[in-house]
This record gives sequence, structure tokens and C-alpha cells, in this order.
Amino acid sequence: MIRSASLRFAVLFGIVFALSAMAFVGFLWYSTAGLLDRQVEAAISADAQGLVERWGEGGIPALLLTIQERMNENVDDDAIYEVTDPIGNTVGGNMGRWPQAVNTPGVFYELMVLRADTRSLAEVRRYDLPGGFRLLVGRDVRGRVELRRLLTNALFSSMLVITGLGAVGAFIIRNLFRRMVAEISATADAIAGGDLSPRVRRTGRGDEFDRMAESINTMLERIARLMDGVRQVSNAIAHDLRTPITRARARLEDAATHARCEGELRAAVERAVSDLDGVTAVFQALMRIAEIEVGARRSAFAEVDLGPLLADLTELYGALAEEHGLTLALKVPDTLTILGDRDMLQQAVANLLDNAIKFSPPGGVIRLEAGLADRHVRVSVTDTGPGIPPADIARATERFFRGEQARHTPGSGLGLALVQAVASLHEGSLLLTDAAPGLRATITLPAMPGGGATLHMKIPSSAPHQVESAAMAHAGHR
Amino acid sequence: MRILLVEDDPTVAGFVVKGLREAGHVVEHADNGRDGLFMAASEVFDTIILDRMLPGGIDGIRLLETLRSQNNSTPVLLLSALAQVDERVAGLKAGGDDYLTKPFAFSELLARVEALTRRGKAEGPQTKLVVGDLEMDLLSRTVRRSTQKIDLQPREFRLLEYLMRHAGQVVTRTMLLEGVWDYHFDPQTNVIDVHVSRLRQKIDKPFATSLIHTIRNAGYMLRPE
Repeated sequence: MIRSASLRFAVLFGIVFALSAMAFVGFLWYSTAGLLDRQVEAAISADAQGLVERWGEGGIPALLLTIQERMNENVDDDAIYEVTDPIGNTVGGNMGRWPQAVNTPGVFYELMVLRADTRSLAEVRRYDLPGGFRLLVGRDVRGRVELRRLLTNALFSSMLVITGLGAVGAFIIRNLFRRMVAEISATADAIAGGDLSPRVRRTGRGDEFDRMAESINTMLERIARLMDGVRQVSNAIAHDLRTPITRARARLEDAATHARCEGELRAAVERAVSDLDGVTAVFQALMRIAEIEVGARRSAFAEVDLGPLLADLTELYGALAEEHGLTLALKVPDTLTILGDRDMLQQAVANLLDNAIKFSPPGGVIRLEAGLADRHVRVSVTDTGPGIPPADIARATERFFRGEQARHTPGSGLGLALVQAVASLHEGSLLLTDAAPGLRATITLPAMPGGGATLHMKIPSSAPHQVESAAMAHAGHR
Repeated sequence: MRILLVEDDPTVAGFVVKGLREAGHVVEHADNGRDGLFMAASEVFDTIILDRMLPGGIDGIRLLETLRSQNNSTPVLLLSALAQVDERVAGLKAGGDDYLTKPFAFSELLARVEALTRRGKAEGPQTKLVVGDLEMDLLSRTVRRSTQKIDLQPREFRLLEYLMRHAGQVVTRTMLLEGVWDYHFDPQTNVIDVHVSRLRQKIDKPFATSLIHTIRNAGYMLRPE
């Protein structure tokens, strides 16, 4: 029974409910019955005080007279009086004799008395008068006891009703809980059975259960995506790695059987080694992408200033671009800080520059630009190459996808897939658009949480890129 | 130089041992972690080449940590099939001096081993590097060859400094990318070659002899003659 969480919650609810109800009833009982007690005690004290004053004014005779008057005026017939002389003989009152138990002055006693031939409960108090006289004032509290009994009964039955309600509440909670859990566990069972498509149904109320369902669904989405990735990669490996491995194998076998001299043999072996190096490179790129997609690298996130990072890459690739007869132009604010993985960001931008240089005909211009807008940092590389046909753009970031023009250039078809993975790792995106002519690849990354990307402006000097950065800062504020 | 190789795969080990001996080094080989640790701790080596995954209960990282805890500071090059960035960081954090991922080209391994050995012997901070008639003043950041002053961009200066510090050794493209640019990825294109060729334009072109030599299938070497 303890193994059922829903039952445990229900029982817990029942216990808490019952305890609070009990506390409430107890308080009610105490305050009503207690109030009656306090009222009787106040009446006795006031009565006694009046009598003591009368005694002070006129001695015993005045006291006895007042007692008689009060007994006559007492409509409820619940007043009890007794006055004794120093020897203990009764000199007045309606009790007949001094009760044995009452021997300490100033204390309330509760005792059984015989009045008009009926036993009843009385509350009395003793007062000592000067000269050895003793005064006893009390009230018959039979009615109060009766009331207390009625009250107790009423509260007890209400306690029963409350307990019943508590049980019903516990039952409802248990069922609610069960239904929610059943929903999730049915989904989980289906997924464990191999079907990744079912999702936890949402109630649409936006409550905690709804949010939990949402988190679980997000998790399932991600698992499904990863599974898809794995499937896609294994297919791709099967297709695309086979080719270079087959080539290397053929070269070696051919050389082993047909080589006529050591030189030929050596050349074949060297070509095979370089084929295998290609295979290794592809493997490494694949592993890198997989590593990024798993999201394990997010632990290495730190503040990265894209300004110097892009400037360094421009410096590294600028020379290569010049070699190809291209111009590489950088337009970036001096400081553009985001939260991310430095190595990965470097590699992503390097891949875009690699592509741009590879595909642009001589004389072209490659523009590397970065800026902050709408709480997002955008890094774009625009080339003047042939671009990607619209039909291929959607598939360009898939692993091993190579466009028609790319068939005859060196490359693995993994470059953009890696950029895409890096962008996703940073919760950003990669967008390929037609720059007419050429291709623009834009990486959009979320700016730093909190204050957003910091953008320190310098007083614009004559350097054109700083003027640009000032203009971009204005755009960012809008 | 005396080099210890701890590697369990007989093919890889045989290939590395043969290559290192051809390059003129004395090589000892252990094929499990226990023997490797024993040899590393009881004998003196200039460099240790250590595979990360080893049989015999003691893997490469454990061996390395044990060695370092005994105040043994022999340069260690880690070899590993684990290519993830985090694995690399873990290896360096355990006390490794360099990290090379399998599969590797022998020339890359040899260049890195020789660079490590050289690093072990580095004496005090230098203010001046000299190779043949090429002089680099690290304080005033000036370079001159024979009598002529050569103007270099900051990056070219660092590239040349790296080559001069490793004068007489093969320096691979990856080593330059890591050492000069601090990049830890493989660019698909020959970016490094372009930078070296630009440096050549300034250092070698105007003069009768070349200092920067291309080593086929390996990288570059700066040497006088």
C-alpha cells in the first residue's frame, strides 16, 4: 500500500485534513464551554464582593438580609449561599451546612450538592470575614453541564462529517493523481516499446501538470531528434565513407598485384594513406558534430568577445582570400560579447569562410559582418560565388549533402552541418539566403542573458568600421 | 634521445618504435600500464609517449597522475583515440604536455616529440633568438637578417618566433595553428601554407639562401644553410 504514491498522497491529505479539523473543533469547544465557566466565576466574584461590602456597612444582620433578598430575587434559583459563625454553626444561607471539602479561601470548588432533594453540581468559593465568620458563595451549574454535553455531541458528530469529507477529498486527489501519472506512464510505455511518436496529452490549463507534460514532451522531442540524427549519420556513414575506403582498398590491392616497381608501389601506398586521412577527417568532423549535438560542450560556455575573435579569423583567412584573388572585408563592433564556446564559434565561422573562399570566383568580395539587433547577435558571411539553388538550400545543412557545383571541389559535405550544430548548441540558428549574387550565411545567436550583448562604443574615428559599429548600436537600441 | 613508448597495440607500437629509431632515438617499449609505470618511475627518459587506454589495470591518465605525484616532470605526449575536446582537456589537466589523436601521421608524432624534448631543456627567458644570419630581438620586437631590417606584421612576428624557437625541428601545420593562432581545429584549406609563404617573401626572397624549408608530408623547418 505504501508502494502506491497516489494512495500515500491521499492518506497524507486525509491525515492533514483530519488534524486541522480536530484542532478547529477543539478550539471551538474550548472557547464556548470555557466562556460559560468564566461567566459563572465572574458572577460569583461580583456577588461575593457585594456581600462583603454589605457586611462592612452593617455587620452580620445586614449580610443575612442581603442574602435573603438576593435569594428571593434569584429567578433561576441557582444561587447558593452559606454563612457560618466562628464555631461552624450555620447562621444563614440555603445550603444547610458548610461542605467539608471547601477549606481554602479564594479557590473555586466544584462539588455535588443536594438541593430541593435533587443532586446537582455546584461551583462555590469561600470568603473569610473578620471575626471568624465564613461566607460561601456559589452557583448551581447543572444547566451548564447539560449545555456542555450537547455541545460535545454536536462537535463530535460534525467531526464525523468532516472526516467523511476528508476521505472523499483524499479519494478525489488520489484519482486525479492517478489519471495524470497513468497518462505519462502510458506514453513512456509506448516509447519504451519502440514507438517514439506518442506525446503526453496536455490539459491546456497551464498548471503544473501541464508544464510537466510540456517538459516531458520537449525531452521526447529532443530524444527523437537525436535518434533521427543517429540514424541519419549511420546511413550517411554507410554511403559516404564506403567510397573513399573502397578507393583506398582498390589502390592497395591493385598495387599489390600489378605494381611493376617499387616507385609505383610507393606512390599507390601514399595515395591510399591520403585517402585514409580523408576518411579520418570525415570521422573527426562527424564526431565533433555529434559531440556538439549532445550538448555536452555547454559546460564549457564562457563569455566570448566576438570582436577580437572575428578579427583574428579575418587575419587568418585574409591571406588565403588574397591568394585566391578575393577581398575579405570585416565589419564588426569592437566589442560584442556573447555566452558561448570559443573553440566551436571559431570553427563555425572558419567553416563559413572556408566555403566562401572555396566557391567565390577571383575578383569577388567576401564580407564578414557581425552586429547586435533585437537582443540577437548576428554573424554573417556573404560571398559573391554562385550561391546555392533554392531547391538545395533547405538540404544544404544536412550531413554529407553536396550541391551540384560542389561535387568537384574538395570537401566532406560536413562543413555547414557543423555550423548548424554549433548554432543549435548556442540556441541559435543558421540561415542561408540568396545574396544575389552569392550566398549569405547568417548565424543568429541569443545575446547575453540579462543586459544583452554589451556593446562598447568608441568615439568614431576615421576608421570606417567604427562608424559602422556606431550605426549598429543605434539599431540595437531601437 | 631516450624515449619511452607505452602502447598496447603491437602494430602501432612497432611502427612508432621503428620510426623513432630511424630518426636516431633510443626507444624503450612497454605494452601495459603496470610495466609502463615501473619503467617510467625507475629510469630516466627525455620524453614519454603514452597511450590513454591501456590494459593491466592502470590506464594512461592514472599512470600520468601517479608519475606527476612523484614529482617526475618528464614531458609526456598523450596518444588517444578519444578526440573530444573535453578528453583533450582532461589529458592536459592530468599533467600531459601534449595530446595527439589517433590515427596520426608519424611525421606529426615525431615533430611533437622533438618539440617536447626541446621544451624540457628550455633555459631562462631569452631576449634574443638567432638562426644563421637571422636575428630576432624579443624586447624591441625587431627582426633583421644580415644587415637588413625586416618589417613584420604582429602575426608574422609570432609565426617567425615560433619557427625560430623550434629551429632545426620539423614544425607541422597543426602545431603552428595551435602554437601561433591558438586554434584547436583543422581548417579544411591550407591557410597556414599561405601565411608561411608570405613570411618567406620577407625572410627568404630578398636573400641568396633560404631559411624556411618545406618538409614533404610533414610541415616546415627553419634552419641555417
